[in-house]
Amino acid sequence: MIQTSFVSKTIADLKPSGIRRFFDLAVNMEGVVSLGVGEPDFVTSWNVREAAILSLEEGRTSYTANAGLIELRQEIASYMKNRFAVSYQPDSQIIVTVGGSQAIDIALRAILNPGEEVLVVEPCFVAYSPLVTLAGGVAKTIQTVKENEFKLTAAELEEAITPNTKAIIMCSPNNPTGTQLRKEELIEIAKIVQKHNLVVISDEIYAELAYDDDFTSVAAIDGMMERTILINGFSKGFAMTGWRLGFVCAPKDITEAMLKIHQYTMMCASTVAQYAALEALRSGMNDVENMRKSYRQRRNYIVKSFNEMGLDCHIPGGAFYAFPSIERTGLSSQEFAEKLLFEEKVAVVPGNVFGESGEGHIRCSYASSLEQLQEAIKRMSRFVEKYK
Amino acid sequence: MHLTEKELEILQIIEQNSRIDFNDLAKMVDADESEIADTVQKLEDMNVIVCYASIINWAKVDAYHGVTAMIDVKVTPKRGVGFNEVAQRIYRFNEVESVYLMSGAYDLSVVVTGQSMNEVAQFVSEKLSTLDSVISTTTHFILKKYKHDGTIFEPINEEDKRIVVSP
Repeated sequence: MIQTSFVSKTIADLKPSGIRRFFDLAVNMEGVVSLGVGEPDFVTSWNVREAAILSLEEGRTSYTANAGLIELRQEIASYMKNRFAVSYQPDSQIIVTVGGSQAIDIALRAILNPGEEVLVVEPCFVAYSPLVTLAGGVAKTIQTVKENEFKLTAAELEEAITPNTKAIIMCSPNNPTGTQLRKEELIEIAKIVQKHNLVVISDEIYAELAYDDDFTSVAAIDGMMERTILINGFSKGFAMTGWRLGFVCAPKDITEAMLKIHQYTMMCASTVAQYAALEALRSGMNDVENMRKSYRQRRNYIVKSFNEMGLDCHIPGGAFYAFPSIERTGLSSQEFAEKLLFEEKVAVVPGNVFGESGEGHIRCSYASSLEQLQEAIKRMSRFVEKYK
Repeated sequence: MHLTEKELEILQIIEQNSRIDFNDLAKMVDADESEIADTVQKLEDMNVIVCYASIINWAKVDAYHGVTAMIDVKVTPKRGVGFNEVAQRIYRFNEVESVYLMSGAYDLSVVVTGQSMNEVAQFVSEKLSTLDSVISTTTHFILKKYKHDGTIFEPINEEDKRIVVSP
């Protein structure tokens, strides 16, 4: 008898993340300047860390309610209302999750019947398609184009819809392109979504990091609240990635469904992290504002520098990524990133790991000190000069 | 004086790093280099940018034995000039590093440096407390500076703890 693997076929067939490969290449190298990091360079504000320490001193080490501390959900509800003009009931429409990723997972599992299609707008965060697969759905990608700054258009969306389409996952401001959809653009997309009766899973984790236009939540668009699962969290805006704390807001029936999955698989998010998040919402908004200002300056610096050295780069409206085109060098994004790492010790992420439309681009995170960015720009200019 | 948002941003960046390259600064605030030069010149002329100094941790320098004291000074304000006249008399002394008018239990906060505690003590007893309007002084010597003007002197664990490539 042939010994077959114990691993499920679904998992065996799941493609490993292309980012992992670059991590392995870069991790043991000395003197690397990394633009490959998908998280803030700020350490969580001291007032937040201090509040977490206090909660431990006070012995707050037990489980919380499945959906999270009610004080925190109330605080989230008023934050979402004041900041983004969307109203959710703290007791029935908000679940505190283990990061945005878990929120996306339970959102998909709560809505998908086997074989239903979910549209994934690429280039995008590497987890969306695998999470759709794990939830028993079928991921169908939409390839946005650089000529349109990777903005999803209503036409592209409508073309991708089939009778089997249940939902769309979108993320604005976007990882890896930094592209932010304006309100008018969201309204056009919303029309198609409503026409075809789809659910939108809107990953708004970068909502606090919008630099030019005010951020508009998908749920704030007329008629979208009842069909939107809104994902947000503390990782990016509040510089709290390692705490693993996010939240999901949705219509009551979907929230109830997600809570079933959450209570059986997660019980609740980490208690100490929830107390930290409570403090972040109560007193952290000034820090968020300062971080936003600082990212904006660094964005301006890096985008100008890329364009100067001959890497065409659109101005990303949010997040902390620039997504320049490397087509002028004639290298593929994998070749470019590998050569750059070995020849100049600068780590970037090749665009194709975020979807096929990311090919010809690299993702450069500017969440690094200005000194690091200056050094990276110096090395990259030298590199591009060689291959141009 | 009213400053534009861009001027304000330039000021904030220069306050943190006065040696920043104008070309880099121009990119950061989306301006031309000449615009930066003009703005900085204007702000210097208007005495908004007062001087470009460095923060030095003298405690690390062997030959340095200086001491710093913060002195709470109570004074009698004078009709017509308030506290300004006595503040002027105080800040003209070279030993005086800073003078602030305070709310609360005393009026002026004066920071004085000297080569030794004795020298500072002498300054307080002979120069400061003998001024006509000065009613009383309370001197606090600084033992160690941890953070000054927003800068931590000996940061701990400052290295980047993030993994080198992440999604």
